[in-house]
Order: sequence, then C-alpha cells, then structure tokens
Amino acid sequence: MKLELRGITKRFGALVANDHINLTVEAGEIHALLGENGAGKSTLMNVLYGLYRAEEGEILLDDVVQHFSGPGDAMAAGIGMVHQHFMLIPVFTVAENVMLGHEETGFGGHLDLPAARRRVTEISARFGFDVDPDALVEDLPVGVQQRVEIIKALSRDAKVLVFDEPTAVLTPQETDELMGIMRQLRDSGTSIVFITHKLREVRAVADRITVIRLGAVVGQASPTASNEELATMMVGRPVDLTVDKSPAAPGAPALVVTDLTVLDPRGQVLVNNVSFTVHAGEILAIAGVQGNGQTELTEALMGLQPRVSGGITLDGASLRNHTVRRILDAGVGFVPEDRTEDGLVGEFTIAENLMLDRSHQPPFVKRFNVQLSFLARFAEDKVKEFDVRSQGIDTLVARLSGGNQQKVVLARELSRDLRLFIAAQPTRGLDVGSIEFVHEGIIATRDAGTPVIVISTELDEVAALADRILVMFRGRVVGIVPGDTPRAVLGLMMAGETPTEEGAAA
Amino acid sequence: MSTPITVSPAGSTGPGAAVTAAGPDFEQIKSWKTPIALAIFSVLGFLLLVVFGRDGESTMRLSTTTDLIQLPDVVLPTRPTGIAVVALLLLITAASGWLVRSKAKVPIWLVTVFAVFLLVGFLAWASADHTIPVPGLLFGSLSLAVPLIFGALGGVISERVGVVNVAIEGQLLAGAFTSAMVASITQQPLLGLVAAMLAGVLVSFVLAAFAIKYFVDQVIVGVVLNVLVSGVTGFLFSQLLAPNAGTLNSPPRFENINIPLLSEIPIIGPVFFRQTLIVYIMYVAVACVYFGLFHTKWGLRLRAVGEHPQAADTVGINVARTRFWNVSLAGAIAGLGGAYFTLGSVGAFGKEMTAGAGFIALAAVIFGRWDPIRATLAALLFGFASNLQNVLSIIGSPVPSEFMLMLPYLVTIFAVAGLVGQSRGPAASGKPYIKS
Repeated sequence: MKLELRGITKRFGALVANDHINLTVEAGEIHALLGENGAGKSTLMNVLYGLYRAEEGEILLDDVVQHFSGPGDAMAAGIGMVHQHFMLIPVFTVAENVMLGHEETGFGGHLDLPAARRRVTEISARFGFDVDPDALVEDLPVGVQQRVEIIKALSRDAKVLVFDEPTAVLTPQETDELMGIMRQLRDSGTSIVFITHKLREVRAVADRITVIRLGAVVGQASPTASNEELATMMVGRPVDLTVDKSPAAPGAPALVVTDLTVLDPRGQVLVNNVSFTVHAGEILAIAGVQGNGQTELTEALMGLQPRVSGGITLDGASLRNHTVRRILDAGVGFVPEDRTEDGLVGEFTIAENLMLDRSHQPPFVKRFNVQLSFLARFAEDKVKEFDVRSQGIDTLVARLSGGNQQKVVLARELSRDLRLFIAAQPTRGLDVGSIEFVHEGIIATRDAGTPVIVISTELDEVAALADRILVMFRGRVVGIVPGDTPRAVLGLMMAGETPTEEGAAA
Repeated sequence: MSTPITVSPAGSTGPGAAVTAAGPDFEQIKSWKTPIALAIFSVLGFLLLVVFGRDGESTMRLSTTTDLIQLPDVVLPTRPTGIAVVALLLLITAASGWLVRSKAKVPIWLVTVFAVFLLVGFLAWASADHTIPVPGLLFGSLSLAVPLIFGALGGVISERVGVVNVAIEGQLLAGAFTSAMVASITQQPLLGLVAAMLAGVLVSFVLAAFAIKYFVDQVIVGVVLNVLVSGVTGFLFSQLLAPNAGTLNSPPRFENINIPLLSEIPIIGPVFFRQTLIVYIMYVAVACVYFGLFHTKWGLRLRAVGEHPQAADTVGINVARTRFWNVSLAGAIAGLGGAYFTLGSVGAFGKEMTAGAGFIALAAVIFGRWDPIRATLAALLFGFASNLQNVLSIIGSPVPSEFMLMLPYLVTIFAVAGLVGQSRGPAASGKPYIKS
C-alpha cells in the first residue's frame, strides 16, 4: 500500500513539532525517517497512527484521503505500529495481547482463546519467530516482546508498518535479525517506515531515506550516502563523529568491586557475583543491552539497593552498606540514567538543582539558612562554565531541553571534589551537540586522574569513550575487554557469549 | 592494546565460560516475618488458653431445630482443648521456623490451619459452660458479609479498570437510602433494588466525571463523595424520613426463600440456601464478575485499560469510555449492597447505617488481591469477625464487649497489613490517562 503524508503540521502550544511535512512511502519499500532526538519523527508517526490530531495536512493511502479519529481507524485502514515503548500488557499472555481490540468471541462474549493461539502460531511460523502464545509477556525477553508487537500488527493485516526506534532495546545480533524480518516483510509487499537516529542501521536496511530536523523535512538521501553526509544533514552542520581522546594513563586501583550480588524483593538475582577494578585516570565502560543488571549495579554502588552482598571499596575504604550521604561524601559523583526522574527536581530552579546534594553543609547552608548570594554566584559560574542555555539561573529545570538538563546534572556532580565518577546513560535522548559536550566533560574528568565508570547501551558511545569495556549479560560479567575491541565481538558478548582471549590479557 | 579475541559459543567449557543462556537466577530471601508472627500469636494463645484458661465444657450446636437431618452437639472440655490447641500452634510455629531456616517458603495453607486452630481454641475458651450455635454464627456472618461482598465486587471492577473507588461507602449509603424510600412509596422491594442501583450509579457518575474527565485525584474525590452522601442522606433522613416514617421509611422486606433440597444440607444448607433474593443475586453476581473479568471480551478490555491504558488506546479501545461505564457498573453493584441494609436485614433506613462497611469492602478488595473470588472470601472473613462479636456478646463471654467491637477492624488490619505481603494491584489504578 502506498502511503502519502501531505503538509502535516502539528503544534504543541508554541512549539511546532511538525512543520508542513511531506512524505511518500511506496508499496514494498523500507523508508527510513532519520532525525535527531526531538526532531519530530515520533510525533509525525503518532499523527499517522491517529494518536495525535494534526492541525493541518492530510494522510493518503493509495491516493485516498483518510480521516483517522483514533488508532482504531488507522488500524482498520491497514496501518500497524511497533512502538518504541512496547504497547503490551505485561500481565497478559501473548495470545491475549494479540487479540486485544479485535477479539473473536463465542456465546456471551466468551473469548475464543484457541483462535487467538492459532493466529499467533500461524504468524510466528510464517516469519520463523519462536513465540509461545501462552507465555506471559512480562516473562519474555525484550527481543521476543518486540516480535509480539510485530505479530500484533500483522494479525490485523497491516499493509503499512511503522517501526519507532525499534533497535534501542536490542542486541546487535537481534538488530540484524530485525532487519532481516523487515526485508522479508518488504518483499511480501508491506510498506515499512523505519524511524531511527542510528546512521549505521539506516544505511544497512533502507531503500530511501528522508531526513527530518527541527520538525521539518530537510531532504532525501540515498542509502549509499556516507555517515558524515547523513550526520551533516541530520544535525545541520558538519559533525565530527569521533571523540578526541589521548591514551589513558591508568594509575593505582581506585574502585575495587568483589563478588557483588544484588537481589530484588522476590529473591531474583539481578547482579550476580560481579567483580572488577577501576583505576585512577581510566574510563571503564559497562556495556550491555538494557535490563541486564547495569542499573542495579550502579544503584548498588551508590547505596540505593537494599539487598547487596560482596565488597565495594574506594581507595581502600569500604563503601558497602553506607548511606547515600556517606557515599557522596566519600567523593562519588553520579549521573543517574533517568535525569528527569532521579537526577533533577523539575519544579526547582537551575540554582536549586545545583545544590541538591550539598544542602546539608557549608558553604551552601549555614545555621539552617541557605546562603542565597553564595548560591547565586556559584550557579552563575557553573551555568557559564557548562554552557547551560537558559534565561537565567532561576529558570525551572523542567523548562530546559534535555541537553541543558544533563549539563546541569554534570555541573552539579563535577563541581564537587570527586574520587570516582559514575555516569549512567549520560547521553540518552540528547542532540549531537550536547553529546559532544558531555563526552568531552567525561574525558576531561578522566584526564584529571579521576576513575570513571560509564554505563551505556549504545555501542558507539562505549567505543568512543572506553579505555576498557565490561560487558554484562543477565547480571553477570561476560568479560572485560580492551577499549578497541571490535563491535562484532562486543555484540556477541552482549548476547552472553564468552570471549576467549589469546595472547595478552586485557 | 590489540588483543586478538575470538568468541566461543555460550556454555562451552573453556576458561571463563561462566555465562549460560539460562533464565533469571533466583535466590530465596530468608524472611522471618511469618514465624515471628506465628510465635507471637502462639504466646498470646498460651496466655489466654492455658495461663488464663477456663474450666467447664464448651458446646457447639451444629443444627437448627427445623433441620431435617439433626446433627448431635459437639461438647469439648474447655481447658484440655485449650492445651491441645496451644500445642498444635507451637508445632506449626516450629515447623514454619524450620522451613525458613532451610530456605523454603511458609505455605499459605499452613498459616490458614494455624488461624483455624487459634479460632477453635478461642471459641472453646469463650464459650465455657455455654453453647455456640454454629449455623447461627455462620448465617449471621454471611448476612453481614453481603454488603461487603457487593461493595468489594464494585471495588474490584472499578480498580481493575483503573479508577480507585474510595466512594464504595457513599454508594452503599446512597443505595440504602433510596431503596428504603422507593420501596416504601411503591411497596415493591424490587423497585427498591433498581432505585439502589441507580443511586450507586449516580455516585459513580460524579466520581467518574471528576476522575476521568477532569483528572482530579481519585482518592480525594472518593472521600469527598462519602462525606457528601453521608451529609445529604442524613439531612433528608431527619427532615423527610424521620417525620414520615410510616410512609417513607417502612419498606417491605424481602422474604427468605428456602431452596428445596439444598437448604437441607447439614450446616451449609441453612447458612447459604435460606436467604433472601438479594443474597441469591449476590451469588450470581460473584460468578458473573469472575467469569466476565477473566473469560470475556468485556473483562479483557477492562483489565487492559486498568493495566496499560496507552496500550489499550493503541489497539483502538476508548479508555475514557471504558472507564466511565465500568465505574458506573461498579456503582450499580455497590448500590445493591446498600439495598441489603434496608430491604434485607434492618428493614428501615438509619442515619450512617453503613457504618464504614464501604471501607471494609475496600480492604477486602486489597486483601483479595483484586480478584472477585478472593475478595468475596475476604469479605466473608470480615463478616465472620463482626458476627463472632455479636454472638459472643449474646452468650455472655468474659471478653469486654468494647474489646470485641474492635475485632472486625483488628482482623482487617492484620489481614491487609500482614498477610498480603507484596500483592500487586492493577498497574494503572488511580492514574488518570491524559492524552496529549
């Protein structure tokens, strides 16, 4: 089915998320929609899917104008979507999720589960998925959950299938498999819209590429274009994709973690006997697919997990079972992975956020009074130093862009006297300019002799920053390898395959 | 730094091949909560049944005079019974301690057996030289549980669809008031039932409108509605019903209907099958809500909206509409429970006559883990606790009646706080679904 979007405009208040966007997707092609985070790709697709109502423009399927008042209409017209955050009910089975919204029923509305099971099995078989229709979705790995999403769309005979950032949660191998599925779907006549900001994937799978920047189409590109050309179109200026980094000069071991184990309240082992050492002046990157224990590991280091066993020592002193306060006072700086949830108080000003973790002692607080003039001077300095673009230090943090929010977090953490710096997903959701800034900040911290841990699910980021790479899978350390380890090896390790080292140890 | 690296497949026996592709690992967390709680209750049991034990004989009557099959009374010597019970309690406590030590879970049935023994011991102790009419105790328990069960069903539906229903109390009270008035005027108890349902729906409309359309905090709306209904019915009662009690507040009550055969089963028959129409409606309602929630399209969509409204939206389910109508349905069911106060048991409306039953129903929802059958069982437990207090004060137990009045609420607190542990409610319950 041919899909055409004409002059789509969507505003949120004063912000124009989509500005007269035109897009044509021919039947049986994979059309990549490339753009930075916040460029308006997801908004556009939500308009197409009937979740948002556009102020202007029209949607055509096979040259017929469509009027969608909700996702139900879009689905009935043959549009399916694989959402970035899966739209699956965790406590339902696969069959229940697939049938939801177009249930086949018997007498008295009785659900016809056998029919739904048959449907799941039939579509699974067609694409070589191995999905158990009676498995609870919450028990499935994310890669399989995504296949459930695909089955869900196909069970409604989708002719146009939208993949919204589908690779964010996948291992490199799963990504390759997904691309195979996309090609298979294309060859069977389905039109595919592939939304992403990853240049490598676009070039691997797309038939045509449309680049979006700041809510407007900036042009078309062919899959043969180079990374640099695509990045320049996406960002609007020439981009240096590599990070300048001198070789590390590792010093003495600083952070020593031995046999660290973290349990959740049900007794599930989230971090399993993890041991590693970080030396002064090096960056240890912790790589792995989302949800393999990295989050819990950092939380255990910060004293945020209640059921921890094993040893954590920093410069010889134990940190385990200390309060967060004492761990901060020991000189640990922390950039949490979700800045809006854990890193900042949105309804506080920039200045207030800058003193959040030092509100108990001079110079910020003396005799129970916040030293406002000192805070103002401090905040002005930091805003300049870290290039936080805002209307002043009294701006509410919630009003800032993601990049500027992250700079506030960095400014707060790096302005303390650090003996260990932990940055979890430091560039998630940021634009290219902010990513460069954050990476430079992390490397400068390392060069000042501080041990640094970077947790990232993005292999590009791991490759750019790491002196050594620790790969986690299902709570365990698969291996610790040098920073220049090839992507293919890292990819296999992220799927749990152990590297065997020949020659010198890492 | 260019170490040559090759990759071996998972699970190979090479050095460092520790990671296999198995599922998540589990390690049993030792929790001493249950053994400690059982130990405390065992000690309390020991103090009451042995140290302050009473002498005499405790009689439990198992049949009513009208039964076809007459069962003989059970006579227990009070003090030896107490000692035997305490011995069993200590045994179970020791067993649970041993289980936790060896990293196993204490099964829920063991805790239930413990509670039953403790109950038997307490009953024997309290009825020394008296007779406990067991059918009467159970019959009264069911009667007191009826409004709780209707309220809990309303609560389960409402919470499952994603709206916290604190207004059950208000819905019960509104149902009780309108059913009394309408049934008095028309002299038709059935019309009273319909009116009670409508009154419950009306309360739900307000809750639904504020919670779903205007995103007001659902708990606050619920609490305010309870106060509002209490105020309005109280005002109308003193201004309208009390002066004209003969015409406006003397509804005809439903008669007890004996179901042939079933009502003659020993013990169970008189309890379950010599009830009024409302109670039989309740049996049907429990079965229908259970079947509906877990086996029909209605239930699937309802639960989807309560778990992950956005996912439901993306498959074309109208979240606001689903929530609105199901919250209304919940109100209708809770309203039926209100009618039971006036048309089933008391026979007239009284100010604040629900006396917190709606909140106990809410507790039953949580204790029953948002499952209609379990919530019904929880409501029966609370009904039993209330009626135990009634029966014991009638036969003259040595426990002060003020203390016994606390019993149902104590049971509620222990049940909800202690036994539930980490039960998980519908993920989106209480959260408004705001579309941008």
